[in-house]
Amino acid sequence: MALLEIQNLNRRFGGLQAVNSVSFTMEQGMIKAVIGPNGAGKTTLFNLIAGNLPANSGNIFFNETKINGRKPYQIARLGLSRTYQNIKLFHGMTALENVMLGRHIRSKAGFVAGMLNLPWTWPEERMIRDKSMEYLDLLGVAGCADIEVSNLSFGQQRGIEFARALATEPTLLLLDEPAAGLNIYETAEIGRLISKIRESGITILLVEHDMSLVMDISDEIVVLSFGEKIAEDLPHNIQQNEEVIRVYLGDEG
Amino acid sequence: MDLFKRYFPVFSLLAVVVGIQVVTHFTETTYYLTQLTMSAYYSVVVIGLCVLMGYGGQISLGHAGFFAIGGYLAGALTTHNLITLKGHRLVSLLDNVGLLVDSKGLYGGDLLTVEPWAACIIAVLTAGLIAFAIGGPILKLKGHYLAMATLGFGIIIYRIALASAYFGEADGISEVPGFKLLPGIEVSGSFVSRVLNYYIAWGMVIVAVILLLNLIHSRVGRALRSIHGAEEAANAMGVNTARYKLYIFVLSAVFAALAGVFVTHYNGGIGPSEAGVMKSVRYVAIVAVGGMANIWGALIMGIVLNFLSLRGVFGSYDDAVFGVILIIIMLFAPQGILNINPGQKVKSLLSFFVSKSGEETTE
Ligand SMILES: Nc1ncnc2c1ncn2[C@@H]1O[C@H](COP(=O)(O)OP(=O)(O)OP(=O)(O)O)[C@@H](O)[C@H]1O
Ligand SMILES: [Mg+2]
Repeated sequence: MALLEIQNLNRRFGGLQAVNSVSFTMEQGMIKAVIGPNGAGKTTLFNLIAGNLPANSGNIFFNETKINGRKPYQIARLGLSRTYQNIKLFHGMTALENVMLGRHIRSKAGFVAGMLNLPWTWPEERMIRDKSMEYLDLLGVAGCADIEVSNLSFGQQRGIEFARALATEPTLLLLDEPAAGLNIYETAEIGRLISKIRESGITILLVEHDMSLVMDISDEIVVLSFGEKIAEDLPHNIQQNEEVIRVYLGDEG
Repeated sequence: MDLFKRYFPVFSLLAVVVGIQVVTHFTETTYYLTQLTMSAYYSVVVIGLCVLMGYGGQISLGHAGFFAIGGYLAGALTTHNLITLKGHRLVSLLDNVGLLVDSKGLYGGDLLTVEPWAACIIAVLTAGLIAFAIGGPILKLKGHYLAMATLGFGIIIYRIALASAYFGEADGISEVPGFKLLPGIEVSGSFVSRVLNYYIAWGMVIVAVILLLNLIHSRVGRALRSIHGAEEAANAMGVNTARYKLYIFVLSAVFAALAGVFVTHYNGGIGPSEAGVMKSVRYVAIVAVGGMANIWGALIMGIVLNFLSLRGVFGSYDDAVFGVILIIIMLFAPQGILNINPGQKVKSLLSFFVSKSGEETTE
């Protein structure tokens, strides 16, 4: 059974059809990339899946549960996590605290327990901290743990956002341009990391403009142009697809 | 480890509180304790609001309203004579379960009033429920709109206090009896229990501070701060942002109402000015001066400014002083009020003085 199934998804902004009858499915454990020129509707697609935007029509099934119409926090609790094209970290909080928020759905101390600082919350709090440190470490940003995130470099912020998404232990991870703004070494590093995450069993849907990265790591590629899916295939077939080449060349020229 | 760091300032506060009492005892300046007691209660409102604004990122210009709900209900219930209603089934039921007290009035008549403990619980619960009811819709609003909505709420409470005979119209409620917390421990303004009441008030502050410090360092507190940092991302982490905003709004309303109850028993009355918009503005100004996301800052500013105000230092400019404070904060920390970040505050202040242009004032 498919982990994610998108059926005839539509989203308009005024007269603009940002996502136009898009359908595809994702099997457990795969890496799928969504590519397409600027403004093709990739981020909008992510916002629809994560519940940040309502769809005009169409259905989204995650783990056989229909998730369109649900709130983002409810979808997150079902095991879907994401990063943003323009990084969205919690300002005024340290890198570690940011990642600790990723453990929110994996812990349960409530309002009153927190206010009374009840002893049973202590081990849980320690677990949250230790786990979060592990994820910071995995992303190579453990050194920034106690630094307020606005004071960190762009690359470090990306790492922290990635760590925060992983800390939720998602089954499906949406990555919106994880390599944007990174140099070639960092990009290669991210590529290795994404493959490693997949090996741990997490399914990944990613939007990315860096073609060599996309061709390297993805199992399948969906191509969007003006909101429409114009191709869906294996990476080497996509490279030879005439329409895809035309869309990309047309975009450049 | 962390716990020591968290509670150490609390112990220091306790030492200062005791120290001040001892000093006033030996210098025969115990009259200061009265204003310090009042300031303590007002500071409970301020630190509750501080957590709502500084950590939750939600403004309220209506907290004097919650203070007034607490104070007025406790005052009215413990003061209004129910003797003429004694035959009524509800009243006799309350009487039988011990929620009412019989006593002799000032002029020897029989008085039947609600027991202060019961009145306190009713008053605080009412404030909490009202906060819960209006918080649902209101907290969907952001920034200016939320400020306007809470301001509207404050004005409504003020007008109700001013217009209803039950709450004494412009005169407010007076001759409110003391509140016996335990045998021998009574919240009242009587001269002999001045020292005791000073400690009751500060006891409340210390408990409130400990609860709030615990909260902001807990899992829920982290979630609250994340809402302030980036609400969309908080949601994506599985945080039910609407629910947490509501919780903290209700909690801060309950703190305000509780302070209202105690102040009313301490002063032996309450008047409509306590419900006024200027009072709400004052609380917001104090939180802003205290540095927004800073419970200790809010507490210290709350004590200092309220103490000076109660001592009459600002004279007839009292309200104006708090207005000016708010304007200055707005000018020099434009991101202040609704969205503050201490690092940026310093930076924008510096750039303001260096470039002498307000262009850095980003949204
Ligand atoms: N909230 C919105 N309101 C109005 N229009 C929007 C909104 N979000 C996106 N759009 C429009 O929808 C179209 C698709 O945008 P989207 O951000 O999904 O593209 P994208 O494929 O992610 O592009 P990029 O590669 O630049 O990130 C664009 O024309 C964009 O201007
Ligand atoms: Mg995009």
